[in-house]
Amino acid sequence: MAKIKLAKSKVDTLVEICKSFDNDGAELINVLHKAQETFGYLPAEVQEIIARELNVSVAHVYGVVTFYSFFSMVPKGEFPISICMGTACYVRGAEKVLEEFKRLLDVPVGETTEDGKFSISCLRCVGACGLAPVVTIGERVYGRVAAGDVADIIKEYQS
Amino acid sequence: MEKYKMHILICGGTGCRASASEAIQNNLQDALKAKGLEEEVQVVMTGCFGFCEKGPIVKILPDNTFYIEVKPEDAEELVEEHIVKGRKVMRLLYTDPDKKEVISDSKNMGFYKKQIRIALRNCGFINPENIDEYIATEGYAALGKCLSEMTPQSVINEIKESGLRGRGGGGFPTGLKWEFASKNDADQKYVVCNADEGDPGAFMDRSILEGDPHSVLEAMAICGYTMGADKGLIYIRAEYPLAIDRLKVAIKQAREYGLLGNDIMGSGFNFDVEMRYGAGAFVCGEETALIHSMEGLRGEPTVKPPFPAESGYNGKPTNVNNVETFANIPVIINKGANWFNKIGTEKSTGTKVFALAGKINNVGLIEVPMGTTLREVIYEIGGGIKDGKKFKAVQTGGPSGGCLTEAHLDTPIDFDNLLAVGSMMGSGGMIVMDEDDCMVSVAKFYLDFTVEESCGKCTPCRVGNKRLYELLDKITEGKGTKEDLDLLRNLSTVIKDTSLCGLGQTSPNPVLSTIENFYDEYIAHVEEHKCPSGQCKALMQYVIDPELCVGCTLCARNCPVDCIAGDRKEAHIIDTAKCIKCGACMEKCKFNAISIQ
Repeated sequence: MAKIKLAKSKVDTLVEICKSFDNDGAELINVLHKAQETFGYLPAEVQEIIARELNVSVAHVYGVVTFYSFFSMVPKGEFPISICMGTACYVRGAEKVLEEFKRLLDVPVGETTEDGKFSISCLRCVGACGLAPVVTIGERVYGRVAAGDVADIIKEYQS
Repeated sequence: MEKYKMHILICGGTGCRASASEAIQNNLQDALKAKGLEEEVQVVMTGCFGFCEKGPIVKILPDNTFYIEVKPEDAEELVEEHIVKGRKVMRLLYTDPDKKEVISDSKNMGFYKKQIRIALRNCGFINPENIDEYIATEGYAALGKCLSEMTPQSVINEIKESGLRGRGGGGFPTGLKWEFASKNDADQKYVVCNADEGDPGAFMDRSILEGDPHSVLEAMAICGYTMGADKGLIYIRAEYPLAIDRLKVAIKQAREYGLLGNDIMGSGFNFDVEMRYGAGAFVCGEETALIHSMEGLRGEPTVKPPFPAESGYNGKPTNVNNVETFANIPVIINKGANWFNKIGTEKSTGTKVFALAGKINNVGLIEVPMGTTLREVIYEIGGGIKDGKKFKAVQTGGPSGGCLTEAHLDTPIDFDNLLAVGSMMGSGGMIVMDEDDCMVSVAKFYLDFTVEESCGKCTPCRVGNKRLYELLDKITEGKGTKEDLDLLRNLSTVIKDTSLCGLGQTSPNPVLSTIENFYDEYIAHVEEHKCPSGQCKALMQYVIDPELCVGCTLCARNCPVDCIAGDRKEAHIIDTAKCIKCGACMEKCKFNAISIQ
């Protein structure tokens, strides 16, 4: 088991989170949601502490974390870019938009730029199909995005 | 309660909120206040109206005026003209594209004419965050009727009589499912609402939860009453923050009113609801996988039997229904099974909600009686294909469904008819495609999804779908052969026959249906190495027609990789070796000089 390097305050927060769910192994997914909300992602150390607190194996926690696409083991960028890859967005050109983001930021899907500013991910249908193709950056929703708009959108966040 | 003379309803669905409907609400309230009208006119944020294409939508009652594409800065004019002077703001009304007539009452719009709204009855009508408005529209009357006048078995009989079938995709008779769960004795039973809507391009469950959360809570309580369960669980996608918030508000209000909790309406019946969050796994729409996910495990399906009705959540009898199925229940109880089963077709009664999207004029959420034809949905409600293009295919059933063609347009939509033509109802996504869409790429798109979402438990699904994807990829790269098509067919059949759950059993459907219905297109890819719709990048080249090019330099200035050369007022040339095929030049060209070969 890797040596735990997390600051004590963070470990305490995690222990508190687990306790708020009665350290019940059946609440693992809810615990992970809360932990990801707090830390932004779920690195190995976090998973080890959760496993210890809930009295389940680290393998079990890891198995669950990697099963669900919502959980991430790498930190997201300061401005997480999500491109909707639902069918409606796809047939209205989401793939071209994604290609353009990847090209301009020079980073593949699921990773973060070196300066930690942007990360790109794909998501499945935000349900705003009337605005397809849709891109979300943080809480902000961009509708009817064309490949030609991408450079301007990125510029908004670069200053 | 205050008595208002007029109501201004604003769509608060995800789509319209993304287009600033909250700012519209604030501006309207400010404008009303400035006129001293805030006591007489109420501004209400409702659920989705369905007409997402032209959002944000604002509707004014009692005269039913339907305003489209409203902007925050229009608020003052709406109040001044419509509310104060009683004159409609013509420029914000909907114009019928065929007859060029301005239509102010939504009832007369082609989009709404053929719709019957049962599951969506309150979406776009009531404030979902106010339980009083739900109660004012017969809300919780059905629960009251069940608890005071009906035995659990008579409720089950009513649902059986109504012919309601599961709206999540399977189409299993709901009444029968409830009866199984009621017959298994246990100290604890559960009612589960499946709100893990995973189909890409489908958003009906979310819209119901956002627009009318109490209808689902009421139905879950009714289900609990029939099977003897006192606990309800809603399994919802974490990606639906607005729906989660509205459900939380609704649960809190229902508890305060004594409509959830102990001794509901003095009947001695106890029922309460809790939320459980999904974490992004399509397979969790399958009921056994969903139950495992709620138990904190990986969402992998298990063999049935035992069915959840015997051994489900924590090993106890559990009944799982989809959001839309639940939303139908209170209406069936209030209006009677014999009212409900006259709507729709003989074997598929009632209505179905569809999320209509893709290359269609009226993208949105619709609810039509079963038996409506695809043509009516696409042309009359959907307003036809965008930009006057030619219809090519309609995809129903999401990644489990198939692509239907022109020849299927007059098929009445119901569970059995769609299965018979090689697609399925699914949860209700309906994506329209036009002549520019490559069907091989569409099949590849769905397989990409399935490969990612396969839980990995069964080999045929985990490995087989990956192989299908690779074959499709090879074909779109122009390297496919005719033998590959046979291989696609054989492998698809094996995956369908040997997978455990619905995901694997249906994942090859997009491949099989596109081979069946668009065989020529596959042949063009493998024999001529051409993509007839010009979508497959490896098989296309952008070229400039020197006759049409006037040398305006617009394309060269917009090319992200500077691969277009040419002097001002001279025909330009694309360096195909450097071209990344992004299409920016073609989008910008005003002279239609750039085409794909």
